[in-house]
Amino acid sequence: MSGKPYRLSDAGRLIDRSKRVSFTFDGKTVSGFAGDTVASAVMASGQRVMGRSFKYHRPRGVVGLGSEEMNALIGVGKAERHEPNLLATKVEIFDGLSAVSQNRWPSLNHDIGAINNVLGRFFSAGFYYKTFMWPQAFWKHVYEPFIRQAAGLGKAPTGRDPDVYEQVHVHCDVLIAGAGAAGLAAAEAAAASGLRVIIADENPRLGGLCDIGGGLIDGASPLEWAKTRAAALAAADNVQVLTRTTVAGHFEDNYVLMFERVGDHDPSITAAGTPRHRLWKVRAGQIIIAAGAIERPIAFANNDRPGVMLASAARGLAARYGTAAGVNGVVFTNNDDAYRTALMLKSMGVGVARIIDSRTNPESALIDQAKAAGLDISFGSSIAGVMTSKGGKQIDGIKMSPYNRGRVTNETKVDCDFVAVSGGWNPAVHLWCHNGGKIKFDHELQTYRPDRSPDGLLIAGAANGTFDVPGALAEGYAAGEQAVALLKGKAGKIAKASATQEAQAKLEPIWFAPATGAYNEGDKHFIDQQNDVVASGLELAQREGYESVEHTKRYTTLGMATDQGKTSNILGLGVVAEATGKTIPEIGTTTFRPPYTTVSFGSIAGAHVRDRFLPVRRTAIHDWHVANGADFEPVGQWRRPYCYPKAGEDRHKAVTREILAVRNKVGLLDASTLGKIEIKGPDAGEFLDRMYTNTFSTLKEGRCRYGLMANEMGFLMDDGVTVRVGPEHFIMHTTSGGADRIAGWLEEWLQTEWPDLKVFVTPVTEQWAQFAVAGPNARKVLEKLSGDIDFSAEAFPFMTMKTGTLAGMSVRAYRISFSGELSYEIGVPANQGRALWDAILEAGAAFGIEVYGTEALHVLRAEKGFIIIGDETDNTVTAIDVGLEGLVSKKKRDFIGKRSMEQSFLKMDGRKQLVGLLTEDPNYVLPDGAHALEDATGKPPQKTLGHVTSTYMSPSIGRSIAMALIFNGRARMGETLSFSLDGKVVKAKVVEPVFYDKEGARQNV
Amino acid sequence: MLVVTCPVCGVHGDETDFHCGGQAHVARPASTRPENVTDAEQRDYLFIRHNPKGLHFERWRCDRGCGKWFHAARDTVSLEFKAFYGVTELPPVELMKQATGTWAEFFKDKIKAGKAS
Repeated sequence: MSGKPYRLSDAGRLIDRSKRVSFTFDGKTVSGFAGDTVASAVMASGQRVMGRSFKYHRPRGVVGLGSEEMNALIGVGKAERHEPNLLATKVEIFDGLSAVSQNRWPSLNHDIGAINNVLGRFFSAGFYYKTFMWPQAFWKHVYEPFIRQAAGLGKAPTGRDPDVYEQVHVHCDVLIAGAGAAGLAAAEAAAASGLRVIIADENPRLGGLCDIGGGLIDGASPLEWAKTRAAALAAADNVQVLTRTTVAGHFEDNYVLMFERVGDHDPSITAAGTPRHRLWKVRAGQIIIAAGAIERPIAFANNDRPGVMLASAARGLAARYGTAAGVNGVVFTNNDDAYRTALMLKSMGVGVARIIDSRTNPESALIDQAKAAGLDISFGSSIAGVMTSKGGKQIDGIKMSPYNRGRVTNETKVDCDFVAVSGGWNPAVHLWCHNGGKIKFDHELQTYRPDRSPDGLLIAGAANGTFDVPGALAEGYAAGEQAVALLKGKAGKIAKASATQEAQAKLEPIWFAPATGAYNEGDKHFIDQQNDVVASGLELAQREGYESVEHTKRYTTLGMATDQGKTSNILGLGVVAEATGKTIPEIGTTTFRPPYTTVSFGSIAGAHVRDRFLPVRRTAIHDWHVANGADFEPVGQWRRPYCYPKAGEDRHKAVTREILAVRNKVGLLDASTLGKIEIKGPDAGEFLDRMYTNTFSTLKEGRCRYGLMANEMGFLMDDGVTVRVGPEHFIMHTTSGGADRIAGWLEEWLQTEWPDLKVFVTPVTEQWAQFAVAGPNARKVLEKLSGDIDFSAEAFPFMTMKTGTLAGMSVRAYRISFSGELSYEIGVPANQGRALWDAILEAGAAFGIEVYGTEALHVLRAEKGFIIIGDETDNTVTAIDVGLEGLVSKKKRDFIGKRSMEQSFLKMDGRKQLVGLLTEDPNYVLPDGAHALEDATGKPPQKTLGHVTSTYMSPSIGRSIAMALIFNGRARMGETLSFSLDGKVVKAKVVEPVFYDKEGARQNV
Repeated sequence: MLVVTCPVCGVHGDETDFHCGGQAHVARPASTRPENVTDAEQRDYLFIRHNPKGLHFERWRCDRGCGKWFHAARDTVSLEFKAFYGVTELPPVELMKQATGTWAEFFKDKIKAGKAS
């Protein structure tokens, strides 16, 4: 198609013809000019097809001028920088840019999915719901793979995004969304007060449609005025001008999200380290919406053919980029504005074969101008069809017929190669509606316009349904002044511009231009082109009973594409109204939800990526762990050594060695992550009595006690050893994962339920490093270190604590055991942690000390039948269920969870109870979570008898062990349970959940 | 996103700097008479919440500020906060008068006290 004058020789105010820019589209090199978009450059090169449609895979071209575009979706950038679903009408070109079309396979020209178009009669509304339902097995293996291959919008990037993104939090007095005539006037009035103003526009330049909207400001083109205003705003200290920035959403208390594409148009910006996108989070005093309006099409047969576009787009492409939509066009309209397109194109030398106006006898200055310019006009007419060749990729002409809302009886052919269509304009009320703003139907404009806003939003210009330049200016100035007044600012003096524009004839609604035949015959009338929603589908949905507009939307997917119905919403409502004989206000409208246009994931993540996504907490010993080959596992935000494999060892071998070291010699564990909370005050004992199921007020100084904590429902939520240091001073230990939660839980009860208690709660987890020295040689190791603590059995009995010095450091020593061995936990201020760790290792060398990790810790405790909150409990398990009713006080009048534990269903027989399991095959380790079944050879569904909660190979007793929650488990001691695993029946005997040293002799030495 | 004001430390911030802790002024029966709380009372205390269209009294915590719990009165339709007050305090008398459900009962005698003072 080269050679034709798609690039006009004498037009295009945004392009710089002295700067050639070369980029690729689907691998083919395209040459454009600086200032072009992908759409304008590709079209100027003679190519119209920009993509294939979602369902029918019909060839599609550019329809819009900016963010209303629904067809020309492209993927931009290569590999890990690839971004799908961008609008070709908005992507600015630069040298080396790589763009690809979407939804075509294997290529734009030959598309296998286009068979769907031939089979279109089977792809009716709700097709996916109706067809891909049965048989069920087909879904996974046939339907879904097929749909995923054939459909899908765009491709994901291939790797981690190398660019940076950021978020900005700002406050301003007045935020103005949109910088067309109304927005610029509002900004001038607001800025004159000296208040802080932000004006944001999604386009690279301010001015909106001032260049193609007609009218005069101060006797000249509105564009000249807009340029002057833009420069003045940029120079003002109290104004922040943001271009390429979409005001994407409005939320409560005037919270606004703005999405700025900082560096997409120029790779040197991101190369310099500047963020690629920026997400602005703004709190504004007052918001003025000047978001403009979006032109809507008219549905006619085959109105999706490449070359059918909005009248404003045909006009804008020519005026801004010098790109002609074709050589000979037809303008189809029901209003005056499209006459501007015909007039402008003709003045630029683009052929306009005919204006087809559905109105019967409109009279206005613009129509007179068109007549005077020699344009042919057919009133009372509509387009009944589009004639194409080359598989629908080229328009040869249209069929024109008298417009009478009935069956088409009389057709006239008009040769043309593009169609510019206008069905009127819809105010961009999206932002107005995001937080509950109401809209009302305007019969004059045949569309919805703003009504009431709960937030006192101000709105001006086309977004308010005021489409003429003088009106937009007046509303803009007024909104700016009103914002200042509402903020109690001081109005500034400005010299207001005066504007003029010719009066226009009234628009007459036309939604659906009949083709030969009715809805279900003949060709398709496209409503939502991106989702391939056709008029007959909307009509079918009505007949099938999807009468609510919200149901119609979801059944047909009208307005659910990435453009969120910007051009299709009102058109669809109009078609439904005609099909049902209702009015549009009777039908209502669907909800406008943020964001207005897409916001990138990168900007939502902002700087919270990689190491900053979730900060890693490290203990004082972390560097030692790393240096000594620790195999880490995440525990909440902590990284804890799972084990310390030596050369040639796998995880299992390392864990086994570590366990046997603790059982036979001595082990050292970094237990610093254990939650530590200081509890001080005269009522500390009473407070702990209320928080724990057991009693702490009677605990003697220097004594430790294992405590169980339940929630108000009576279910276990935490456990740990709490120590009385002084009369009014306790140290509570919590689970590693529960430390923050429990500190908050204690605070909440203190503040809200018992503010009379005199207690302070202070989390000190990170202030202390804490180590377990466990094993038969533990005492010998500690005694070898210098210090004043007597570690002997007599002086330092089990479940007591002492403070003193050890290896020259002040420590807290606790004789407690989670392994069942002779064991001490030593706490030391975190900054001395490493010194003490090294000292213990040095002293322990002679006694065979080995460090052990979390897995050894878990196996050691399971061998002893100690529970872990979160393993043996899952928020439905009580102290009684795990066999610890001895720790539930019967004397205390009240504690958290007491009353709930007394409810009958928590005390009844038959609940799941904690038991031990020994498999018949001592080498078989049951999988975690395995369910015991009544009949393990039977077919599902089966009743479960309970499930495995912890399961290990125990090196200490040389066989597998497991803990399980089994219905009525304590009454089943000695029974054999069956599991269906790996296609076999695995049997295990129910036993007491203590597998090693049942008498506890080893820790009492 | 709502703007919340902490009545304890005075900080004025986004709702994500705070944490909403559900309905306020829910009496815990076991705190006053642990021996005779019926199952129905305990059920209501744990699970039954008032969900009015309109004025709602709720608990908030100043998560990123002073860490204190406080109370707020908020309209569930407009989402507008009507008052912020301390965790041991009562809302303004005019709000207590508009209260519905269990709040109305809870505030009944307190309105008189509020008038008297």
